[in-house]
Amino acid sequence: MSEAAVRVIGLWASPYVIRVLIALKLKGVEYEFVEEVVGKKSELLLRSNPVHKKIPVLLHHGKPVSESLVIVQYIDEVWSSSSSGGAPAAAILPADPYTRAVHRFWAQYADDKVPSAVRILKGTDAGDKEQAAGQLAAALQLLEQAFVELSHGKRYFGGDSVAYLDIALVSHVGWVKAVEKIAGVALLDKAKVPNLVAWADRLCAHPAVADAIPDADKFVEYSVKYGSFSKPINGPAK
Amino acid sequence: MTQPRDGGEVGELKLLGLWSSPFVTRAKLALQIKGLSYEYVEEDLSNKSELLLSSNPVHKAVPVLIHDGKPVCESSVIVQYIDDAFAGTGASFLPADPYNRAVARFWAAFLEDKLVKSWGRVFSTKADEERAEAMRETIAAAGVLESGLKECSGGQGPFFGGDSVGYVDVLLGGMVSWIKAAEPLSGAKIIDAATTPLLAAWMGRICELDAAKAVLPDVDAVVEYARGVQARVAAAAAEN
Repeated sequence: MSEAAVRVIGLWASPYVIRVLIALKLKGVEYEFVEEVVGKKSELLLRSNPVHKKIPVLLHHGKPVSESLVIVQYIDEVWSSSSSGGAPAAAILPADPYTRAVHRFWAQYADDKVPSAVRILKGTDAGDKEQAAGQLAAALQLLEQAFVELSHGKRYFGGDSVAYLDIALVSHVGWVKAVEKIAGVALLDKAKVPNLVAWADRLCAHPAVADAIPDADKFVEYSVKYGSFSKPINGPAK
Repeated sequence: MTQPRDGGEVGELKLLGLWSSPFVTRAKLALQIKGLSYEYVEEDLSNKSELLLSSNPVHKAVPVLIHDGKPVCESSVIVQYIDDAFAGTGASFLPADPYNRAVARFWAAFLEDKLVKSWGRVFSTKADEERAEAMRETIAAAGVLESGLKECSGGQGPFFGGDSVGYVDVLLGGMVSWIKAAEPLSGAKIIDAATTPLLAAWMGRICELDAAKAVLPDVDAVVEYARGVQARVAAAAAEN
């Protein structure tokens, strides 16, 4: 039996993997999910991403693409509306260069602020939990404002359609909700970031997202079972 | 205002910067290569202008590119914006094929996440041993980037973009004066003909470009600036 044309190497709980799956589902692309075993990197992974030895990796006809946001852009460009056979999928990258730049800015911001705070709050990195919660709350406040500016009263950061920043940010929601439970802090707080909360609920119910982001409890369970999957698995611990 | 080849209006471009910043130099290099005219505003980061604070309220940092009054922040975002907004002007910084674009973007991410990050620690870390470790990591990253250059150029030319200047060339190109300053500052070379021959050849070719000559800050000036920064970091550490 021949190999699937599109394969994703990953772990379901990784926000970086989640965003790749959402992008593929939005485009209606069939793919095979090659789930890694936590704590033991496969030969396929090591061969496909020799530089970082990290997930996610997209294999398209066997050719590897690494780095989650690079993969999302690749998916957008390969499965653009003009090339798909069925109903055209909406573009992920905004068409307007300025809007595109704003999406890129906030996606980078989210990746700079959210994962590091999450790791402290779930106890896998050392750090002041109160400070991490405060910093994450402040970051969400700015993202709330960005949502109001970018959505123009519509459903998503991309307006009517799910766009680059929607995908980049929603991929963190599973862990943000999990650390709310683990650390006992309110982050996606209706009182403080009402638009963001509504957006998260709405987007997590979207057919392309619902299967990729399980309930917060599943993330909590994962954290208890595996500790941090971001600890170096091959090589000395930091 | 410059008229790009397609005859469309460019609009008003303003760049807020600091002469010594490699991130600002990236933006200048991109604008220069595209042949775009812009107004340059030198910021005093100890006394930030109202325009800077209102244009980049999140980070309050340079570079900021303001196009017809709309600000774009973060150097890699700015370079991509210049490529997207002025698509008719000069060659694109990225190849046409999606897979090759992904390869270029992968190496741009590697440059930021590995080389630039560890190099930043060389200047911000107070402890000698940590600084030496950060320098070792930077040099190791350059070694890996050497293979990236080989992959991106595909043997078509000296640049990451092959025979033309591409996205990674601009991002790394903005840092050349600092790369050259590494040896006088730390005694170690980041790019070295013996260990990273492709990158060493790359650096030679980048520096021959008129666009690079127009924007790269003087290496001695950068060395002096960096020594000033290190002295201030050391003084602050001594006070604690």
